[in-house]
Amino acid sequence: MASELKVPTMAEFFASGTVPEVLFWVGCAGSFDDRAKKITKAFVKILNKANVSFAVLGTEESCTGDPAKRAGNEFLFQMQAVTNIEVLNAYEIKKIVTACPHCFNTIKNEYPGLGGNYEVVHHTQFLKDLLSEGRISMEGGSFKGKRITFHDPCYLGRANGVYEAPRDLIRKLDAELIEMKSCKQRGLCCGAGGAQMFKEPEKGDKDVNIERTEQALETKPEIIAAGCPFCNTMMTDGVKNKEKEDDVAVMDIAEMIAAAEDL
Amino acid sequence: MQYLPNVIFVILLIAGIGFFVRNVSKLKRNIFLGKEESLTDDKPQRWKNMAMIALGQSKMVVRPIAGALHIIVYVGFVIINIEVLEIILDGIFGTHRMFAVLGPVYDFLIGSFEVLALLVIVAVIVFWMRRNVIKLKRFFKPEMEGWPKNDGNMILYIELVLMVLFLTMNGADYQLQQMGADHYAAAGAFPVSGMIAPMFEGMPIPSLVLLERTAWWLHIAGILFFLNYLYYSKHLHILLAFPNTYYGKLTPKGQFKNLQSVTDEVKMMMDPDADPYAEPAEDAAVPDKFGASDVQDLSWVQLLNAYTCTECGRCTSECPANQTGKKLSPRKIMMDTRDRLEEVGKNIDANKGEFKDDGKQLLNDYITPEELWACTSCNACVQACPISIDPLSIIMDMRQYLVMEQSAAPTDLNNMMGNIENNGAPWPFNQMDRLNWSKES
Ligand code: SF4
Ligand code: SF4
Repeated sequence: MASELKVPTMAEFFASGTVPEVLFWVGCAGSFDDRAKKITKAFVKILNKANVSFAVLGTEESCTGDPAKRAGNEFLFQMQAVTNIEVLNAYEIKKIVTACPHCFNTIKNEYPGLGGNYEVVHHTQFLKDLLSEGRISMEGGSFKGKRITFHDPCYLGRANGVYEAPRDLIRKLDAELIEMKSCKQRGLCCGAGGAQMFKEPEKGDKDVNIERTEQALETKPEIIAAGCPFCNTMMTDGVKNKEKEDDVAVMDIAEMIAAAEDL
Repeated sequence: MQYLPNVIFVILLIAGIGFFVRNVSKLKRNIFLGKEESLTDDKPQRWKNMAMIALGQSKMVVRPIAGALHIIVYVGFVIINIEVLEIILDGIFGTHRMFAVLGPVYDFLIGSFEVLALLVIVAVIVFWMRRNVIKLKRFFKPEMEGWPKNDGNMILYIELVLMVLFLTMNGADYQLQQMGADHYAAAGAFPVSGMIAPMFEGMPIPSLVLLERTAWWLHIAGILFFLNYLYYSKHLHILLAFPNTYYGKLTPKGQFKNLQSVTDEVKMMMDPDADPYAEPAEDAAVPDKFGASDVQDLSWVQLLNAYTCTECGRCTSECPANQTGKKLSPRKIMMDTRDRLEEVGKNIDANKGEFKDDGKQLLNDYITPEELWACTSCNACVQACPISIDPLSIIMDMRQYLVMEQSAAPTDLNNMMGNIENNGAPWPFNQMDRLNWSKES
């Protein structure tokens, strides 16, 4: 276990005159949030294991501007976007993978209009491709037969129509995938999107993440699977609020795969 | 004297259609108070969306009961128009059942209208029960009090009355045909009204004729009334659903548009060759107001959306903010936008074609910041809407106004934005520490 992570940067690749297969866009949460950093590391472990030639921008990466844009600050968003696009274009990036649906959506959909054109995939899509190309193999291991429910991130699912890649991966773990009463197109938000992550919720009967956690718990899961660092935080908080953290784990799909492979 | 009914009919028809045309032109004028937006791309996909969503009702069936009932009422409405055409021609020329020459085809047509009419009556009753007896939650939100509630019921009553008149007219007609009355040659098949006909047995011919004529006149008058009621009602969707689905968003739901005026400014700022003291170019557009605080700041599609909304509440019942008791209701966003637009339209009418500031606007007077800030931009409302309305785009435009024009974001969000500006992350961490995770065990 826990062999040293190999995390090459774009600058290093550039210095050696080579290009990686894919740029891993880590995102702010993946870089700074303690919970999300574990997802980042799990994903890198898989990339290392599969010998994927990848790079990160490291200190040259900056917020995509998603929370600023959804909060209404178009100006700040575009400043961020243009800065990032300059860096990406300077490195002649073609393909980007990210574990954050918000980064995924913004770079994929909103950067092209500002001069940034890349092929952007979510890490669950990328992992699924690695699997079907035979570059990683997966055995369920400890996940065999476990009851797992998947929470659709709004910005992956409804916003971009990606519903199957994460589900396929869960099934590949030989786990029992159980759907919540609101799933896929009708999935309920975790409550973090649209910059809600960074502010107190408005007054109401309860917080959105509590409602969503209740829906998840109704399926009597052993694991709540997520594909977004923000969803992960919201659902983890929800599970704690319901004092279920000893029975139910909230895990990113990359973490599940890394754990199954004992990485 | 002989032509009096024809003349009265033609006058009624012209008045009915004339009022309707006037309403439509007002509608158009109001919609185009919105800002220009060019939506001429990908026509094949647009036609397809219209065919599937408006004509094919593909999104109605997400809720199977409401969907099935709606399809009945909808098909009934479309088909009955053939009958209305006959009524109009009969009315103008003083003929009776002009299409009877079609023979068996006519029998089949009338027969299927009757069956549909019965199904519509059943559907309308179920719809009424859902609103008034079962009290479906989504019809009982604060924005549904008063006119919206009465409007919803009113439409059901009108439809019920129209269908009952149609069947009464046919029943009396059938009875007259049986009796071989003058002018009432045997034509049509009456599977439903044939069952009502026995009730008329024993009635003398003149009374039956009176009954048949009364039902006929009320039926057509009712239809003309309904046509003109539309403008004042959520029922406008039977017309606007078509353009609205045609102009619906084609890009991924998560893709929000990039403001061109901001792009221009950012490009200038980032361009190292730009002379910061240069005079603005002659043709530089006057800087827009950022975002939207009133209906005129929205695009014409957003205003078309507002007129198209059927107030069905499917958006609101899927909205996570609304489900957890927050004030935000995407349906209310649409209703408020329409109400304000109507108010602005009346203001223009009253002031000889010019809008006089009334000290009100959509923001605050209709929609509060509290509602706007509760949105998670999850797109559930957009997904749920059966006719391609996008409440989220209005919410986002109004947030833009709050932030970029008024600097009125909640404090937490201001902190977040300050962090992005200074550190390139929404949290107060240093950009130089971005790769620290790779060295932590
Ligand atoms: S996008 Fe906003 S208004 Fe629409 S359903 Fe989600 S939270 Fe509600
Ligand atoms: S916006 Fe669409 S879903 Fe919402 S009430 Fe109006 S028609 Fe129904």
